[in-house]
This record gives sequence, structure tokens and C-alpha cells, in this order.
Amino acid sequence: MLRVEPAPVAASVAGSAVPEAPTSVDKRGTDAESLGWVEALSGAGRRRDDAVEALHALLLRAARFEVARRGGGRSGELDDLAMQAADDALMAVMRKLHTYRGESRFTTWAYKFALLEAAVKVRRRAWHGHEVPLEADGWAQLADRRSSPDADAETSELIGAVCDGIAEVLTPHQRTVLVALTLNDVPIDVLADRLGTTRGALYKTLHDARRKLRARLSEDGFALESTTQGERS
Amino acid sequence: MSHHDPSRTADLLARLLGPAEPELTCEECFQELDRYVELELAGRDADATVPGMRPHLEGCPACREDHDSLAALLTAESP
Repeated sequence: MLRVEPAPVAASVAGSAVPEAPTSVDKRGTDAESLGWVEALSGAGRRRDDAVEALHALLLRAARFEVARRGGGRSGELDDLAMQAADDALMAVMRKLHTYRGESRFTTWAYKFALLEAAVKVRRRAWHGHEVPLEADGWAQLADRRSSPDADAETSELIGAVCDGIAEVLTPHQRTVLVALTLNDVPIDVLADRLGTTRGALYKTLHDARRKLRARLSEDGFALESTTQGERS
Repeated sequence: MSHHDPSRTADLLARLLGPAEPELTCEECFQELDRYVELELAGRDADATVPGMRPHLEGCPACREDHDSLAALLTAESP
């Protein structure tokens, strides 16, 4: 288990006077260590340089933690990946520093950038050189479930209605995205790369497709009380 | 587990149809993730503080992984 030690600079700046903090930070609810980080990183000179160096070390530990959790590669290669993630996360944190509102510890806020960068890099690496599965593969999987001997009549009927809905109410782009992400398990970052778009834009497409599918199923008389079960009313 | 396990069919339908409740976007999820995870680990009602986060984590595997990783890291470094 990885143990992340407190960053040296955090300890040093926490005890120092904090004359001014960016207006986005709520000083009343934010701990002194977090305010110290923001103050040091927003400053200049040696103190800022030391804070940036300590922040990079913190981000690198988080990136290594994430890469190790996901595994699957040679250690040297994975460490390079973690280093790249830490470098990119450092730039992101510095660019977004003014948006830190002090609603969590600064280190928690910074960690999420390193974890995101590391996760995206690991997913991209795992899919490097791999073709995204064809839409037809996902359809076959769905048809397979529909005709499964274990599927009861209601489930078969629901799957059939889902198939019809996908074919009839979704745009070709919505269909491609829905099938790739939910049936073929293509990671959203990987699909975003292949389609030249962003994770947020793709999830919006997925969300809209799901909403249209649910509306269609509702019109067809299926009562979707949860995400996993449908019962025809 | 059988290839035709009913629970896998239910899981497949859940992935296809996603959450029924209003949910955050991926960008909003990332903005709130640190606060949400800290509240969860402190035993507070994170869902009441950040409405829409739980449905999004159910519908977005990538954001769910980010959530789980942050929770695991904070847990690993806690005394």
C-alpha cells in the first residue's frame, strides 16, 4: 500500500503568515495547510519554486498510485507514464489554481488532476494500436441476450424494444457512441480521441441517446422503475 | 458465471439505459469530485451536498473510476 507523506513545503508554509489568498478560496472554511499551498504557489521567487517542486512530487506519488492500481506493463514504462501524468497534472493545477474554492483539502483537489491524467494515459496506452470494435459486434451481443434461453419473456421483450429504439430513434452518431461505450466497452477517452472530440461532448451524446431510448420505451409501455429492470404496464 | 447470466443481462440494460435521475455532466463531476469524496470518507451525506453526482457515477464508468481512485488514494494515506 502506498503511503503518501505530507509534502515538506506544506508543513513549512502552513506555519507561516498568510497575508492574502486568492479571492476564490473561502478562508473561513479552509485549513491552514491548504491556504499555505495556495499562498506559496500564487507567490513568487524561491518560495514558489519550492512549492511547485513539492507539488510535482505530490502529483507524481498520486500518478504512481493510479498506474500501479491499474498495472499491466513494464515498470520502467509505467514510471514514464506516471511522470508524464505528473507533468501534465502540474500544468493543469497551476492553470486552474484560481478555481480552487477551498471546499476540500488542497492536496485532495490537486490529486484528482494527477489521477485523471494517469488514468487517461493508461487507458490510451492499453488501446494503442487496437481497433475500436465495430458497431455490429455490439449489436450481436444484444441479439444474443435477446435470444438467450435464460432470458424470461419480459426481458426478451425489453431487449427487443431496446434494439428497435436504438435502430429507430437514435441518430447514426448517437448509435455509434452508445454502442461503443455501453456494449463494446470502449473507454470514453479512447473513443473521444478516435472521433476527435472530448469526453464531455461524448457523454452529452450518450446522455441524449439514453434519454431518447427511455422515452421510446416509455411510449412502448415499459415502466422503467430502475436502470436494470423493465416491466410492461 | 454463465455467459447468459440474468444479472449480466440486467447490467447490460443498465449500461444502455443509464441513470433515470438528473445527473451532473463529466465537467461538473470533476469539479465536485474532491469535495464529494472527502464528504463520503468523513461519513457525511455527500449525495445531499452534491446532488446529481451519484447518478452520474452510475452512468459514467470513467468518472466512476476517477472517484474510486481518489477514494482509494485518500484511504491509503489516512492514518
